[in-house]
Amino acid sequence: MQSTAAVSVSASATASRGGARSEAARRPGGVRVCGLRGEALTCPSLRISQAPARLAVARAAAATNGAVAGSGGGFDYDLVIIGAGVGGHGAALHAVEEGLKTAIIEGDVVGGTCVNRGCVPSKALLAVSGRMRELHDEHHMKSMGLQVSSPGYDRQGVADHANNLASKIRSNLTNSMKALGVDILTGVGTIVGKQKVRYGKAGFPDKEITARNIIIATGSVPFVPKGIEIDGKTVFTSDHALKLESVPDWIAIVGSGYIGLEFSDVYTALGSEVTFVEALDQLMPGFDPEIAKLAQRVLINPRKIDYHTGVFANKITPAKDGKPVLIELIDAKTKEHKETLEVDAALIATGRAPFTKGLGLENINVVTQRGFVPVDERMRVMDADGNVVPNLYCIGDANGKLMLAHAASAQGISVVEQISGKDHILNHLSIPAACFTHPEISMVGLTEPQAREKADKEGFEVNIVKTSFKANTKALAENEGDGIAKLIYRPDTGEILGVHILGLHAADLIHEASNAIALGTRVQDIKFAVHAHPTLSEVLDELFKAAKLQPREGRDSKPSSHPNRC
Amino acid sequence: MTASSEFPKPSSPRFLRPPHCFPPPYTQPAKAPSPRLRPRALLSSPPMATAPAPLSLSASTLPARLRAGAVPAGARWRQARRGRMVVRAKIREIFMPALSSTMTEGKIVSWSAGEGDRVSKGDAVVVVESDKADMDVETFHDGIVAAVLVQAGESAPVGAPIALLAESEEEVPLALAKAQELSNGQPQQAPPAPTEDAAAAPPPPPPAPATPPAPVAAGTKGVASPHAKKLAKQHRVDLAKVTGTGPYGRITPADIEAAARIQPKSKPAAAPPPVAAPSVGAVPQAAVLPPVPGATVVPFTTMQAAVSKNMVESLAVPAFRVGYPIVTDKLDELYEKVKPKGVTMTVLLAKAAAMALAQHPVVNASCRDGKSFTYNSNINIAVAVAIDGGLITPVLQDADKLDIYLLSQNWKDLVKKARAKQLQPNEYSSGTFTLSNLGMFGVDRFDAILPPGQGAIMAVGASKPTVVADKDGFFSVKNKMLVNVTADHRIVYGADLAAFLQTFAKIVEDPESLTL
Repeated sequence: MQSTAAVSVSASATASRGGARSEAARRPGGVRVCGLRGEALTCPSLRISQAPARLAVARAAAATNGAVAGSGGGFDYDLVIIGAGVGGHGAALHAVEEGLKTAIIEGDVVGGTCVNRGCVPSKALLAVSGRMRELHDEHHMKSMGLQVSSPGYDRQGVADHANNLASKIRSNLTNSMKALGVDILTGVGTIVGKQKVRYGKAGFPDKEITARNIIIATGSVPFVPKGIEIDGKTVFTSDHALKLESVPDWIAIVGSGYIGLEFSDVYTALGSEVTFVEALDQLMPGFDPEIAKLAQRVLINPRKIDYHTGVFANKITPAKDGKPVLIELIDAKTKEHKETLEVDAALIATGRAPFTKGLGLENINVVTQRGFVPVDERMRVMDADGNVVPNLYCIGDANGKLMLAHAASAQGISVVEQISGKDHILNHLSIPAACFTHPEISMVGLTEPQAREKADKEGFEVNIVKTSFKANTKALAENEGDGIAKLIYRPDTGEILGVHILGLHAADLIHEASNAIALGTRVQDIKFAVHAHPTLSEVLDELFKAAKLQPREGRDSKPSSHPNRC
Repeated sequence: MTASSEFPKPSSPRFLRPPHCFPPPYTQPAKAPSPRLRPRALLSSPPMATAPAPLSLSASTLPARLRAGAVPAGARWRQARRGRMVVRAKIREIFMPALSSTMTEGKIVSWSAGEGDRVSKGDAVVVVESDKADMDVETFHDGIVAAVLVQAGESAPVGAPIALLAESEEEVPLALAKAQELSNGQPQQAPPAPTEDAAAAPPPPPPAPATPPAPVAAGTKGVASPHAKKLAKQHRVDLAKVTGTGPYGRITPADIEAAARIQPKSKPAAAPPPVAAPSVGAVPQAAVLPPVPGATVVPFTTMQAAVSKNMVESLAVPAFRVGYPIVTDKLDELYEKVKPKGVTMTVLLAKAAAMALAQHPVVNASCRDGKSFTYNSNINIAVAVAIDGGLITPVLQDADKLDIYLLSQNWKDLVKKARAKQLQPNEYSSGTFTLSNLGMFGVDRFDAILPPGQGAIMAVGASKPTVVADKDGFFSVKNKMLVNVTADHRIVYGADLAAFLQTFAKIVEDPESLTL
């Protein structure tokens, strides 16, 4: 089966290497679903006819797998997933769809970090902070003719909202798996050998099951650098912060990535003052530099936030004996002591560390790298000798490829595709990321420096276009004109390399771009797609329309090749 | 600059505000208070094909801010400096413009024009980074950039010279000399109005090396919160000189506001009651209502402000009101008799009130601390008088002791002074009881607000012919007026006021005693 699967090439894998070769992804037969892509006409008919063949293979594969499971085949399950976070959940649902007998092992709570201690409760807090911010912005309110007098909040009420949301999503997740017949096994899972998992109470795994395939999806925990003493009250991680047990007057946030930035939005909206401590020379180091610069103007400078960059928090002592929280800062390069901050609380948002201890990886000769499980591009686990461990996969934060909930889920689906007989390689460059500040930041693909580096190496040109939210009717109606969208593309082929958005609802807007990247849609084609007016999505419409290509002979020059209708 | 082939000018990879963010004001530089420079939006305008509303709401407020912000604190000083220069030569200074209302200093991103470059009006000479954006700044004059005073990457406070522009080649050396002089004696911050001629006195201010004010008070002893630091920078408050009152002796935003002597601005953007208690109910506060569109706003005069303040203060006093009908036929008769002698009805009523107060000292008392009675030794009747644009209460002092003729004389003088706004404080603020009469307007009854520091105020309506039945059941028509007294219930109780009114009515109804 492996050999047949290898024949069909993943659409996104090709797309990642250049839109020109964009494969006619999931179009059944020769029928064009929508005529946005000019080059479809130039596609060799061979490719198109490949699709039905591939589907047939898939169907056959699924049927075979199901039959094996049904007849026992020596395995208790077709698929056992260790960890019921968003990654494991996504994989489980897709596995059932593919006809696989599936079990999921969870030692803590269903939903994992995202649902219980991450994305989900933080969105509840950010929903509150967004409203507080708006209600407190007198100028903003006045300019829309609204009158609001002294808005306030009830901390416990806010905390409850976050907690209620988490439990609701958790039960939704549990129910969706139960309804589909996924066995939820409680306990800590350990791999004891090839295709063999034991689970039960931590340290005493007493039940053993066999599985044709195993996915490790154990996720991550907050990373706390050494020297930092967590007490959960005045020095804490996002795990504690999401419970919102207090709103300190002044909180230092160590790390200015997504987590730190989102919490700064929450805390400042609730009345705290914030000090960022960032080890790199620039705040928001993961973002496109231009976006980071603008974000600093919009999200940091006008707020009650200051920052120290290029410094490590060498030692953090929780508040005790009548002393505030003490943070010793040392220069990131010279390691010299710079100053000691005295604050009311410190949030450690220095990233996340994989949670892979106790998985029994030693039993199968796998050595973690800084805790991460080494995998190849198909999420297949690699052993100490660099060989693929058959039937064992690792997705999500545990492999460290892209530590985002939806990336884990996508990886899980990709793995299920593979074990169902369809080779699949996930294009990580098509996975969007978002930071839910007010306004939001989102991105997909490469940043400008990354794109330029790639362009230098591979010898192509890079073009950039930008549009402003100030030119968007909907944004202006909302009185939220702050923000830009930026498109990085190849002027020779029209391939989209990256899109970065800072502005109202940026997180919801990015998908048009991420889908375009995933499907290999090019700017010269997507620019003919119609957007409802007036909507924020027109920001991207502007962007695509603004992108100009280098004139080149013979490249779909016929305007008639851009039909707007099916 | 491979960056953007999409940009009209390839020199600007910075994405900023598209040009249409700046509506017309910029095309009328003459209106701008600082006409030397006019910020221009950067050229990075992506084709806004369908953009239907080129003027953003928020953006359109920007120019106004810019214009306002273009007169920075140092304007006085700058004018002085400019005046001096005009005499010397046609060397112009290019100043750090205020690009936003909150901008206190700007960083030079890059100089588009270098030293020695000839520039003409409208050319972008420098890119300035404010707290909001990067902007090209244009020159308003033709000339040669003679000297760059603030290099790219450096910061300068708003209003500080950042370059010198010479009108012609010959003036370049002069400008250079000037630059030298400036860099030697350049005070970095809000300069203490330079009275001496810089040429006469060799650099009197300590030669401050070209370091802009420390970005963050890193070495300060006192710990200051992030917002406190921002405020300190904005209001140029030296953190080292502020004593912190926050937790652990920390300098709080309030400390900076106190040091800068500014009102706490609109209650820190997000300082809700951080207590768990859901809501503390409606806290009474003089909320400022939003402005009414299209209305004209006229600020209070001093007198009106004082009235407003007194009225609001009165809300703290638990007042109550008692009314009383009084037959005035005899008083009216008396009035007719004494009128030729210059006696007014106001004086008659004041006298009557004073005589009644003499018998009921508690109504003439006041409650000053909420714990005691303050009995006044004098009976001073304040009488409310409407004057142009306000209200004032001249006081008839010792009204119980002086006769009506003397009182009338005093009253005439007081009114004259009041109209001329020449009353002395003791002539309008020493009242112990107030009389307010709107009877002459036909008002039949009204109710007055108790002025601070007094125990009671009497509101007198018009006297009107009224059918009354006497105790024998006979009808007759008599002139009747209604008086209404407002009193401080902490010291004056209902029965006290009723007794006082009874006495007052007796005096009015049998007014012979008034003339005694």
